[in-house]
Amino acid sequence: MSFRAGVLVFPGSNCDRDMAVALAQAGADVTMVWHKETALPSGLDLVAIPGGFSFGDYLRCGAIAGRSPIMRAVVDFAHGGGHVLGVCNGFQVLTETGLLPGALMRNAALKFVCRVEELVVSTEQSVFTSRYGKGARIEVPIAHHDGNYVATPEILAELNGEDRVAFRYVRTPNGAMDDIAGILSANRRVLGMMPHPERAVDARHGGTDGRGVFESLAAVLGAGALQEA
Amino acid sequence: MRAKVHVTLKKGVLDPQGEAVRHALGALGFDDVGEVRVGKVIELDLSDEDRGTAEARVSEMCEKLLANTVIENYRVELE
Repeated sequence: MSFRAGVLVFPGSNCDRDMAVALAQAGADVTMVWHKETALPSGLDLVAIPGGFSFGDYLRCGAIAGRSPIMRAVVDFAHGGGHVLGVCNGFQVLTETGLLPGALMRNAALKFVCRVEELVVSTEQSVFTSRYGKGARIEVPIAHHDGNYVATPEILAELNGEDRVAFRYVRTPNGAMDDIAGILSANRRVLGMMPHPERAVDARHGGTDGRGVFESLAAVLGAGALQEA
Repeated sequence: MRAKVHVTLKKGVLDPQGEAVRHALGALGFDDVGEVRVGKVIELDLSDEDRGTAEARVSEMCEKLLANTVIENYRVELE
Protein backbone atom coordinates (compact mmCIF):
# COMPACT_ATOMS: atom_id res chain seq x y z
CA MET A 1 0.00 0.00 0.00
CA SER A 2 1.33 3.35 -0.85
CA PHE A 3 0.89 6.63 0.95
CA ARG A 4 -0.13 9.99 -0.43
CA ALA A 5 2.30 12.88 -0.30
CA GLY A 6 1.99 16.46 -1.48
CA VAL A 7 5.14 18.43 -2.33
CA LEU A 8 4.72 22.21 -2.20
CA VAL A 9 6.17 24.32 -4.99
CA PHE A 10 6.98 28.00 -4.49
CA PRO A 11 8.65 30.35 -6.95
CA GLY A 12 12.31 29.64 -6.17
CA SER A 13 11.86 26.10 -4.85
CA ASN A 14 14.64 23.99 -6.33
CA CYS A 15 14.55 20.69 -4.46
CA ASP A 16 10.89 19.94 -5.13
CA ARG A 17 11.58 17.34 -7.81
CA ASP A 18 14.31 15.66 -5.76
CA MET A 19 11.85 15.46 -2.87
CA ALA A 20 9.19 13.96 -5.13
CA VAL A 21 11.65 11.35 -6.46
CA ALA A 22 12.77 10.37 -2.95
CA LEU A 23 9.16 10.03 -1.77
CA ALA A 24 8.12 8.07 -4.86
CA GLN A 25 11.08 5.75 -4.35
CA ALA A 26 9.71 5.03 -0.88
CA GLY A 27 6.36 4.12 -2.38
CA ALA A 28 4.52 7.44 -2.17
CA ASP A 29 1.93 8.60 -4.62
CA VAL A 30 3.19 12.19 -5.05
CA THR A 31 1.24 15.29 -6.06
CA MET A 32 2.96 18.64 -6.62
CA VAL A 33 1.01 21.50 -5.01
CA TRP A 34 1.43 25.10 -6.25
CA HIS A 35 1.70 27.80 -3.59
CA LYS A 36 -1.39 29.69 -4.79
CA GLU A 37 -3.69 26.76 -4.05
CA THR A 38 -5.89 27.43 -1.04
CA ALA A 39 -6.53 23.77 -0.24
CA LEU A 40 -4.43 20.61 -0.19
CA PRO A 41 -5.45 17.62 -2.33
CA SER A 42 -7.76 15.48 -0.21
CA GLY A 43 -6.49 12.38 1.56
CA LEU A 44 -2.84 13.39 1.94
CA ASP A 45 -0.76 11.51 4.51
CA LEU A 46 2.20 13.86 4.27
CA VAL A 47 3.02 17.38 3.13
CA ALA A 48 6.66 17.98 2.18
CA ILE A 49 8.05 21.50 1.96
CA PRO A 50 11.17 21.36 -0.20
CA GLY A 51 14.43 23.26 -0.19
CA GLY A 52 15.25 26.22 -2.37
CA PHE A 53 15.04 29.98 -2.19
CA SER A 54 11.30 30.64 -2.11
CA PHE A 55 10.55 34.21 -3.18
CA GLY A 56 14.28 34.89 -3.46
CA ASP A 57 14.68 34.78 0.34
CA TYR A 58 13.23 38.31 0.33
CA LEU A 59 12.58 39.91 3.74
CA ARG A 60 13.70 36.75 5.59
CA CYS A 61 14.20 33.18 4.38
CA GLY A 62 10.79 31.53 4.25
CA ALA A 63 8.90 34.66 5.38
CA ILE A 64 6.85 35.23 2.23
CA ALA A 65 6.27 31.52 1.57
CA GLY A 66 5.15 31.17 5.18
CA ARG A 67 2.26 33.55 4.46
CA SER A 68 1.26 32.06 1.11
CA PRO A 69 -2.29 30.72 0.58
CA ILE A 70 -1.23 27.06 0.62
CA MET A 71 0.57 27.46 3.95
CA ARG A 72 -2.71 28.32 5.68
CA ALA A 73 -3.99 24.95 4.53
CA VAL A 74 -0.76 23.28 5.69
CA VAL A 75 -1.04 24.88 9.15
CA ASP A 76 -4.60 23.53 9.44
CA PHE A 77 -3.40 20.13 8.18
CA ALA A 78 -0.67 20.08 10.86
CA HIS A 79 -3.02 21.23 13.60
CA GLY A 80 -5.33 18.41 12.58
CA GLY A 81 -2.54 15.89 13.19
CA GLY A 82 -1.14 15.73 9.64
CA HIS A 83 2.51 14.86 9.00
CA VAL A 84 4.73 17.61 7.60
CA LEU A 85 8.38 17.40 6.52
CA GLY A 86 10.28 20.62 5.86
CA VAL A 87 13.80 20.44 4.47
CA CYS A 88 16.21 23.40 4.36
CA ASN A 89 14.06 26.28 3.07
CA GLY A 90 11.12 24.12 4.14
CA PHE A 91 12.46 24.18 7.73
CA GLN A 92 12.74 27.97 7.50
CA VAL A 93 9.13 28.16 6.26
CA LEU A 94 7.97 25.99 9.19
CA THR A 95 9.63 28.27 11.76
CA GLU A 96 8.17 31.33 10.02
CA THR A 97 4.64 29.90 10.32
CA GLY A 98 5.19 29.00 13.96
CA LEU A 99 4.65 25.28 13.34
CA LEU A 100 8.16 24.82 14.74
CA PRO A 101 9.79 27.03 17.40
CA GLY A 102 12.93 29.14 17.03
CA ALA A 103 14.44 30.72 13.93
CA LEU A 104 17.17 30.07 11.37
CA MET A 105 19.69 32.87 11.10
CA ARG A 106 22.64 33.61 8.85
CA ASN A 107 25.45 31.05 9.24
CA ALA A 108 27.91 32.15 11.90
CA ALA A 109 30.77 32.33 9.37
CA LEU A 110 28.51 34.26 6.93
CA LYS A 111 29.27 31.77 4.18
CA PHE A 112 27.00 29.53 2.14
CA VAL A 113 28.01 26.01 3.14
CA CYS A 114 27.53 23.19 0.64
CA ARG A 115 29.01 19.82 1.61
CA VAL A 116 28.25 16.46 3.16
CA GLU A 117 27.90 16.65 6.94
CA GLU A 118 27.93 13.94 9.54
CA LEU A 119 24.79 13.89 11.69
CA VAL A 120 23.72 12.04 14.80
CA VAL A 121 20.17 10.73 14.93
CA SER A 122 19.17 12.12 18.33
CA THR A 123 15.85 10.33 18.58
CA GLU A 124 14.33 7.35 16.82
CA GLN A 125 10.97 8.15 18.43
CA SER A 126 9.28 9.70 15.41
CA VAL A 127 7.69 8.71 12.13
CA PHE A 128 10.65 10.32 10.37
CA THR A 129 13.48 8.58 12.22
CA SER A 130 12.15 5.22 13.44
CA ARG A 131 14.24 3.27 10.91
CA TYR A 132 17.48 4.72 12.24
CA GLY A 133 18.97 3.54 15.51
CA LYS A 134 19.21 6.13 18.26
CA GLY A 135 22.67 7.66 18.10
CA ALA A 136 23.25 6.41 14.56
CA ARG A 137 25.74 8.48 12.58
CA ILE A 138 24.67 9.33 9.06
CA GLU A 139 26.10 11.43 6.24
CA VAL A 140 23.72 13.85 4.55
CA PRO A 141 24.42 16.87 2.32
CA ILE A 142 23.75 20.40 3.49
CA ALA A 143 23.52 23.48 1.26
CA HIS A 144 22.44 26.68 2.99
CA HIS A 145 23.34 30.22 3.97
CA ASP A 146 20.85 30.53 6.83
CA GLY A 147 20.88 27.39 8.92
CA ASN A 148 22.06 28.79 12.22
CA TYR A 149 19.33 27.56 14.58
CA VAL A 150 18.47 30.04 17.32
CA ALA A 151 15.96 29.69 20.15
CA THR A 152 15.46 30.94 23.70
CA PRO A 153 16.95 28.89 26.56
CA GLU A 154 13.36 27.93 27.50
CA ILE A 155 12.65 26.52 24.03
CA LEU A 156 15.97 24.68 23.95
CA ALA A 157 15.20 23.14 27.35
CA GLU A 158 11.77 22.10 26.08
CA LEU A 159 13.20 20.56 22.88
CA ASN A 160 15.83 18.64 24.83
CA GLY A 161 13.49 17.68 27.67
CA GLU A 162 10.82 16.34 25.32
CA ASP A 163 13.34 14.49 23.12
CA ARG A 164 12.38 16.67 20.15
CA VAL A 165 15.82 17.19 18.60
CA ALA A 166 15.76 14.76 15.68
CA PHE A 167 19.24 15.37 14.26
CA ARG A 168 22.42 17.02 15.50
CA TYR A 169 25.58 17.93 13.61
CA VAL A 170 28.71 16.13 14.72
CA ARG A 171 30.61 19.35 13.87
CA THR A 172 28.32 22.36 13.58
CA PRO A 173 28.81 23.97 10.16
CA ASN A 174 26.68 27.06 10.84
CA GLY A 175 26.79 27.96 14.52
CA ALA A 176 23.46 26.32 15.37
CA MET A 177 22.65 26.25 19.08
CA ASP A 178 23.14 22.80 20.66
CA ASP A 179 24.37 21.62 17.20
CA ILE A 180 20.72 21.34 16.16
CA ALA A 181 20.15 20.19 12.58
CA GLY A 182 16.50 19.15 12.84
CA ILE A 183 13.62 19.38 15.33
CA LEU A 184 10.17 17.91 15.88
CA SER A 185 6.90 19.58 16.83
CA ALA A 186 5.31 18.85 20.21
CA ASN A 187 3.09 16.14 18.64
CA ARG A 188 6.21 14.75 16.83
CA ARG A 189 4.42 14.89 13.46
CA VAL A 190 6.20 17.91 12.03
CA LEU A 191 9.93 17.67 11.28
CA GLY A 192 12.10 20.53 10.09
CA MET A 193 15.73 19.87 9.16
CA MET A 194 18.45 21.81 7.35
CA PRO A 195 20.28 18.78 5.82
CA HIS A 196 18.85 17.28 2.63
CA PRO A 197 17.90 13.60 3.08
CA GLU A 198 16.41 13.61 -0.44
CA ARG A 199 19.91 14.20 -1.81
CA ALA A 200 21.16 10.94 -0.31
CA VAL A 201 18.73 8.26 -1.47
CA ASP A 202 20.57 6.75 -4.42
CA ALA A 203 24.04 5.21 -4.59
CA ARG A 204 24.72 7.60 -7.45
CA HIS A 205 24.22 10.50 -5.02
CA GLY A 206 27.33 9.29 -3.25
CA GLY A 207 25.38 7.87 -0.32
CA THR A 208 21.99 6.58 0.76
CA ASP A 209 21.91 7.63 4.41
CA GLY A 210 18.94 9.93 3.75
CA ARG A 211 16.73 6.99 2.86
CA GLY A 212 15.98 6.29 6.49
CA VAL A 213 13.71 9.35 6.65
CA PHE A 214 11.61 8.16 3.72
CA GLU A 215 11.71 4.50 4.80
CA SER A 216 10.53 5.54 8.26
CA LEU A 217 7.65 7.50 6.76
CA ALA A 218 6.77 4.65 4.42
CA ALA A 219 6.75 2.16 7.29
CA VAL A 220 4.25 4.22 9.26
CA LEU A 221 2.22 5.81 6.49
CA GLY A 222 1.62 2.55 4.72
CA ALA A 223 4.11 1.91 1.95
CA GLY A 224 5.92 -1.29 1.16
CA ALA A 225 9.64 -1.83 0.90
CA LEU A 226 11.79 0.59 -1.05
CA GLN A 227 12.36 -0.30 -4.62
CA GLU A 228 16.00 -0.92 -5.29
CA ALA A 229 17.56 1.80 -7.40
CA MET B 1 0.84 59.08 5.52
CA ARG B 2 4.20 57.32 5.46
CA ALA B 3 5.46 54.84 7.98
CA LYS B 4 9.03 53.84 8.61
CA VAL B 5 9.48 50.47 10.28
CA HIS B 6 12.81 49.77 11.95
CA VAL B 7 13.49 46.08 12.39
CA THR B 8 16.39 45.19 14.66
CA LEU B 9 17.72 42.02 16.21
CA LYS B 10 16.74 41.49 19.82
CA LYS B 11 19.33 41.99 22.52
CA GLY B 12 21.24 38.80 23.12
CA VAL B 13 20.70 37.47 19.58
CA LEU B 14 24.13 37.14 17.99
CA ASP B 15 24.53 39.17 14.81
CA PRO B 16 27.20 37.60 12.60
CA GLN B 17 26.70 40.31 9.96
CA GLY B 18 27.22 43.06 12.52
CA GLU B 19 30.38 41.29 13.68
CA ALA B 20 31.72 41.14 10.11
CA VAL B 21 30.99 44.85 9.63
CA ARG B 22 32.79 45.64 12.88
CA HIS B 23 35.86 43.74 11.68
CA ALA B 24 35.79 45.55 8.34
CA LEU B 25 35.51 48.91 10.11
CA GLY B 26 38.49 47.94 12.24
CA ALA B 27 40.49 47.18 9.10
CA LEU B 28 39.70 50.72 7.89
CA GLY B 29 41.10 52.19 11.05
CA PHE B 30 37.79 52.56 12.91
CA ASP B 31 38.93 50.17 15.58
CA ASP B 32 37.19 51.91 18.46
CA VAL B 33 33.71 50.65 17.49
CA GLY B 34 32.36 48.45 20.27
CA GLU B 35 29.41 46.63 18.78
CA VAL B 36 27.68 46.73 15.39
CA ARG B 37 24.12 45.52 14.86
CA VAL B 38 22.66 45.32 11.34
CA GLY B 39 18.92 45.84 10.95
CA LYS B 40 16.57 46.99 8.24
CA VAL B 41 14.26 49.89 7.50
CA ILE B 42 10.98 49.30 5.67
CA GLU B 43 9.09 52.31 4.30
CA LEU B 44 5.36 52.08 3.73
CA ASP B 45 2.97 54.41 1.92
CA LEU B 46 -0.36 54.33 3.75
CA SER B 47 -3.81 55.59 2.85
CA ASP B 48 -4.78 56.03 6.50
CA GLU B 49 -5.55 59.58 7.62
CA ASP B 50 -5.71 58.82 11.31
CA ARG B 51 -2.42 58.31 13.17
CA GLY B 52 -3.90 55.93 15.70
CA THR B 53 -5.37 53.65 13.05
CA ALA B 54 -2.17 53.77 11.02
CA GLU B 55 -0.05 52.89 14.02
CA ALA B 56 -2.28 49.95 14.94
CA ARG B 57 -2.32 48.64 11.37
CA VAL B 58 1.45 48.87 10.91
CA SER B 59 2.00 47.13 14.24
CA GLU B 60 -0.25 44.33 13.02
CA MET B 61 1.78 44.14 9.78
CA CYS B 62 4.96 43.86 11.84
CA GLU B 63 3.55 41.09 14.01
CA LYS B 64 2.23 39.15 11.01
CA LEU B 65 5.04 39.59 8.50
CA LEU B 66 7.53 42.45 8.64
CA ALA B 67 9.37 41.25 11.75
CA ASN B 68 10.05 37.78 13.08
CA THR B 69 9.33 38.47 16.72
CA VAL B 70 11.22 35.35 17.76
CA ILE B 71 14.49 37.16 17.02
CA GLU B 72 13.58 40.72 16.03
CA ASN B 73 12.14 43.88 17.57
CA TYR B 74 10.38 46.56 15.57
CA ARG B 75 9.72 50.26 15.99
CA VAL B 76 7.20 52.23 13.93
CA GLU B 77 7.72 55.87 12.98
CA LEU B 78 4.91 57.82 11.28
CA GLU B 79 5.63 60.88 9.13
